[in-house]
Amino acid sequence: MSERQPLLAVDRLTMRFGGLTAIDDLSLDVHTGRITAVIGPNGAGKTTLFNCMTGFYKPTVGSVRLNHPQRGTLALEALASHQVARAAQVVRTFQNIRLFPKMTVLENLIVAQHNPLQEASRFSLAGLLGLPSYRRAETQAVEKAVRWLTRLGLIDKADLAAGDLPYGTQRRIEIARALCVDPILLCLDEPAAGLNPRESAELNALLQSLVRDDGLSILLIEHDMNVVMNVSDHICVLNYGRKIAEGTPEAIRTNPSVIQAYLGEEEDERYDGDKGAAR
Amino acid sequence: MGEPVVQVLGGATLADRSKDALAVAFVALLLGIPMVGLTTVDQGGTLQVATRWPILAAFVLAVFAGRLVLRYLADRLGERRVRRERSLTSSDQRRTAGGRRMIVRVGWLAFIGALLLPIAFSDNRYVVDTATTVLIYVMLGWGLNVVVGLAGLLDLGHVAFYAVGAYAYALLSTQFGWGFWVALPVAGLIAAGFGLIIGWPSLRLRGDYLAIVTLGFGEIIRVILINWTEFSGGPNGITSIPRPTFFGLPFKPPSDEPTFASFFGLEFSPVHRIVFLYYVILVLCVLTNVFVTRLRRLPVGRAWEAVREDEIACKALGINVTNVKLSAFVLGAMLGGVAGVFFAARQGFISPESFTFNESAIILAIVVLGGMGSQLGVVLASLVLVLLPELGRDFAEYRMLLFGTAMILIMIWKPGGILSKREPTLRHAREEGRP
Repeated sequence: MSERQPLLAVDRLTMRFGGLTAIDDLSLDVHTGRITAVIGPNGAGKTTLFNCMTGFYKPTVGSVRLNHPQRGTLALEALASHQVARAAQVVRTFQNIRLFPKMTVLENLIVAQHNPLQEASRFSLAGLLGLPSYRRAETQAVEKAVRWLTRLGLIDKADLAAGDLPYGTQRRIEIARALCVDPILLCLDEPAAGLNPRESAELNALLQSLVRDDGLSILLIEHDMNVVMNVSDHICVLNYGRKIAEGTPEAIRTNPSVIQAYLGEEEDERYDGDKGAAR
Repeated sequence: MGEPVVQVLGGATLADRSKDALAVAFVALLLGIPMVGLTTVDQGGTLQVATRWPILAAFVLAVFAGRLVLRYLADRLGERRVRRERSLTSSDQRRTAGGRRMIVRVGWLAFIGALLLPIAFSDNRYVVDTATTVLIYVMLGWGLNVVVGLAGLLDLGHVAFYAVGAYAYALLSTQFGWGFWVALPVAGLIAAGFGLIIGWPSLRLRGDYLAIVTLGFGEIIRVILINWTEFSGGPNGITSIPRPTFFGLPFKPPSDEPTFASFFGLEFSPVHRIVFLYYVILVLCVLTNVFVTRLRRLPVGRAWEAVREDEIACKALGINVTNVKLSAFVLGAMLGGVAGVFFAARQGFISPESFTFNESAIILAIVVLGGMGSQLGVVLASLVLVLLPELGRDFAEYRMLLFGTAMILIMIWKPGGILSKREPTLRHAREEGRP
């Protein structure tokens, strides 16, 4: 299965901000029907990778290719950010939640379906006249939103302003909203950040069901090892913008360079502590 | 300068409040000694310094008492707001539903009132004239509301599109003999074209730059109109702009050709035209309202609000943010242009003086004061902003002071505008009931 052409191929990607190299010669494959996780200490370049993939940054060197099942191979690094979601169907969420806070949860999900709805409204003319073709499209959009809200257990919040809801709920709303764009690749930036253990267990179940039942592929940035180790099929570890390891959760767990990157600081601290005690 | 003024929070004791008021009174004393306590008098040709201690004492006392009352009121209002925010429960939804019905009811009442106004005041030219001015501002406010209130773009030069519309009609009618109803959409489109030219490059920039570009554009238009004398008549403006006719019947004293009065067998009265103009702008306003309210519930309207809320999230969802902003900006420009056409036709004379930055500021104030994005809020704010200076005429030079105080009070009382409650564009609860 993994021998097939990857869904997304990041090839020798480098991103420099002035003198700072945030991503250094990174190559990474994401396969269809899998959950791929990108982990690494803070400042390792994980979010920068997302920004390069989704058109928010233009990478200094390198390419990001998406092998779209219907639309052929697309060069994501050359697309504008809205085209990445629209044409390539690669949809992302944000580390610091970005909802439309004053709009209701349902409206948030309807906005995500802007492009098909705007087409159905024919430059707003059919919409202004209230033609049946537009009304049908709107009903379908609401149905789709309601379907996702029900699935994520948010349906009783549908008419509340998104910004007034608790943090964990907002995270789920952001995922539901991204799902309304019909992604083939869903990129989640720290979806478990700020969730309590019960909520992150629910998140695990959701991610697995999205891949199993809906045929989605997921790329995940995450710090919560509970989530990463339980759901990922493949893990890529970054440190200082470089890939230091890659493999299955089991392989990563025992990989010495990963342990050094993550736990090395702890050893240093103990060493300092010993020194302090000796003095 | 004395002790720092402490912000007294809710639940303050009388002692806290008195201490706060004392501190303020002390500042007033320091400031008051040179400003109130000492004055110069002309004594025998030379200036002498005289003291006015009783007045100073009264001044300090007034500040002390005023601060006590103000603090008390502000605390009470603050407490009420906190309590309101805390009670965000299911009963809140019910209350919102009640509020929505109330707003709809007030809207209809206002509309019926507006329909009947010229009949009730048919002999009072001043009332109908002022009401027409209010409606012009309502229309301008609704146009700018799309740009500022819904799409969240700070447009400081809305008056430019108003001017473009007005001059387009003035020139089309005086130079080419176009009628009002033909020129109306054309001038609207010309204003929209200007909106496109300005918006296309500048909407790619971040918010603050758009404010500067629009501010500059407003001034550019005005300066061009003043200096390009052959085109716009310069500072003298354009005179004898034809008034709108009633389906081809002019509002004129009896003459050979049929007029409105002679056709309907009425005695000629100049009020006819005033009332007719009032109804024209009322119809334009109603059309604008229906148009904008419907657009808001369409994908494009929701995208406007989404762009206001979070541009980056919009991009991540595949929305072309520049196009969405451009559509809002151009629509606002067009509505401003249409209002300009009406303004030119009503006045019969326009000059660059009518299109200063002051005008832009008033329209923006209407939108902000009304509550960004609220249609009824714009109506209420227009009423306040047009009527207050009118009512204040008796206070002569104090009228602008009155006006400013009223604006400050509204902003203290309702920081989000008169009607700041946002109305969702669609609801799950209702959708469920649909077949």
